[in-house]
Amino acid sequence: MVAVSVQQVTKSFGATKVLRGVDVHVPAGGFAVLVGPSGCGKSTLLRLLAGLEEVTSGSIRFGEREVTRLEPRERDIAMVFQSYALYPHLTVRDNLAFGLRLRKTDPAEIGRRVDEAAAMLGLSHLLDRLPKALSGGQRQRVAMGRAIVRRPALFLFDEPLSNLDAALRAQVRVDIRKLHDQLGATSVYVTHDQVEAMTLADVMFVLNGGVVEQQGAPLEVYDAPATRFVAGFLGSPAMNFIKATIEDAGGGGLRARLGDGSANLALPPGLPARPGQAVEVGVRPHDLELCDESAAEIHLKVDFVELLGPEIHAHCVLAGAPVIACLETRTGVSVGDTLPLRVRRLHLFDQESGRALR
Amino acid sequence: MSGSGGGGRQVRAIESIASHLVVLLAVAFALYPVLWVIALAFSGSATPEARVLPIPREPTFDHLWAVISTTREVGDSTQWLFGRQLANSLIVSIATALVGIGIATPTAYALARFNFVGKEGGLRVLLATQMFPAVASAIPLYLLLDFLGLLNSRTGLILCYATTAVPFAIFQLRAAFESIPVDLEEAAMVDGATRFQAFRMVVLPAARPAIAVTALFAFMSAYNEFILAATLLGKEDMFTLPVVLQRFIGEYDAQWEAFAAGALIVSLPVMILFYVLQRHLVAGLTSGGVKG
Ligand SMILES: Nc1ncnc2c1ncn2[C@@H]1O[C@H](COP(=O)(O)OP(=O)(O)O)[C@@H](O)[C@H]1O
Ligand SMILES: [Mg+2]
Repeated sequence: MVAVSVQQVTKSFGATKVLRGVDVHVPAGGFAVLVGPSGCGKSTLLRLLAGLEEVTSGSIRFGEREVTRLEPRERDIAMVFQSYALYPHLTVRDNLAFGLRLRKTDPAEIGRRVDEAAAMLGLSHLLDRLPKALSGGQRQRVAMGRAIVRRPALFLFDEPLSNLDAALRAQVRVDIRKLHDQLGATSVYVTHDQVEAMTLADVMFVLNGGVVEQQGAPLEVYDAPATRFVAGFLGSPAMNFIKATIEDAGGGGLRARLGDGSANLALPPGLPARPGQAVEVGVRPHDLELCDESAAEIHLKVDFVELLGPEIHAHCVLAGAPVIACLETRTGVSVGDTLPLRVRRLHLFDQESGRALR
Repeated sequence: MSGSGGGGRQVRAIESIASHLVVLLAVAFALYPVLWVIALAFSGSATPEARVLPIPREPTFDHLWAVISTTREVGDSTQWLFGRQLANSLIVSIATALVGIGIATPTAYALARFNFVGKEGGLRVLLATQMFPAVASAIPLYLLLDFLGLLNSRTGLILCYATTAVPFAIFQLRAAFESIPVDLEEAAMVDGATRFQAFRMVVLPAARPAIAVTALFAFMSAYNEFILAATLLGKEDMFTLPVVLQRFIGEYDAQWEAFAAGALIVSLPVMILFYVLQRHLVAGLTSGGVKG
């Protein structure tokens, strides 16, 4: 178990700058998730941690140890690849034992650890099979097992669930977190899936265009996104954004004139916004709440309803902008209704900089 | 339901019989000349004549035995000439395959995995060498080997064969290495391997079918080669088998039965090789390790 400290790391491939000064700090034993859209540089950052790529500038430390220029084998890490990368000519047993044999571990010890990891992952009956005779889920577990037997100080995961079907993905996600807690190593996990990020992370790093846009505990980031990008990236369905202009509402208060100007929304006091400022109002679909006509802040006309079981997604239009509201199914909302809604919580972003105003 | 099911079975049976017939026909078509050679090799009576069915007349092992037991006198001892010529062929072919694979494997790996100055140019030059048949350079090769004192030697022949085997093997193996996911090596390096260990313990085994096929091709091309061998080897005891065979139908009298018997014997090592290597020839060893 080591702390991971990435300082001002940049990485370019030729003229392409992929990482533009990244700082990541993960406490020993922590579970960090690097999340962001495809192509934002997540895998590159993970590969820098693994030593599979060399930094262009900056430094990487594991605990007290400077590892920036070390070979992968000198870093005491294990990595689970998106493709699993199982050795095709070796049985499951030999796949698991590969790293230990390279390190000249005592054969009895290798046998013990392989059996232990296989039992932990339910692979005991598959030990003599070749990878090609395994299902996708089983291969994934072998890849995990190969990491576990090594007992590394740091686990690296690169989208380890992306080749599994949805049901299995949810299951393995839980398994990975349990394993992490059980093994007590530090983990860095890369995904583009915000649900994985939210559910797994102790600390989450949202990457975009080669920089960390925001970091923090998942709920912290979810509740207080620092930029419009982070706000839109986390949460499903995605946050509703409505372009707006700040106006003086009289009495020292401010309000946002929404979209085409056909609706207004009073802003809570104390926001660092000034009249005339071009902003975007962000409201999470779950922060829209049906209320009495008298308490309504906005009215939405329902265009379309998606039924998901316990809740519905009501697709509406507000001042010319599409808006989704997540409501309980028992409210009985249907197409054509006009809904009186209260906004439980709103976010404000400067249109120009994309930064949150709060 | 059961009626239509039975009908389906019938159709399938007819399809199966039809496809077997077609395959049988194709096999007969391909094997007919071979059967004819076999018949000739075991025929007692002289001069071959066109006959529909390849059945030996007055069956005998005489020709086979005669070819195998070819000897010659050296000083006052008798040398088993055919044995020596068979050994020449095998040594030259195996060495060609080994030298070819030995040089092509690291080259192809470097070409598949690394970028370096001159890579594109080098590949183009390599390709260009493939445009000229080896015969075109027979005379310069003769002069060169003469200069090096390697005429009439197995080493000289191996050198010539290897130079033609290497470029082909490089292209073949480069494609094979490119089809092996880099992830495998990276996984091995994270697991504690050096780059060379990753190559030896992961990449090489994964490329084994391709290497086997390439080696077989190099072996076969050397084993079958005639023109260079006939040009560069002047002494009987240095001949490879194709040259030996050719001498049976030489200038004055064509010994067709001996030729046929020789052809059979020459084919044997190749057939054994195919049999031994068939497990490796079936590719697909890499499938399953990496999921796209
Ligand atoms: N070896 C490489 N050479 C050139 N460009 C690369 C290389 N590896 C990654 N890139 C580029 O870097 C960017 C980020 O890649 P990556 O880290 O794989 O993204 P992510 O994992 O977040 O989807 C991409 O635009 C990709 O094309
Ligand atoms: Mg990636």
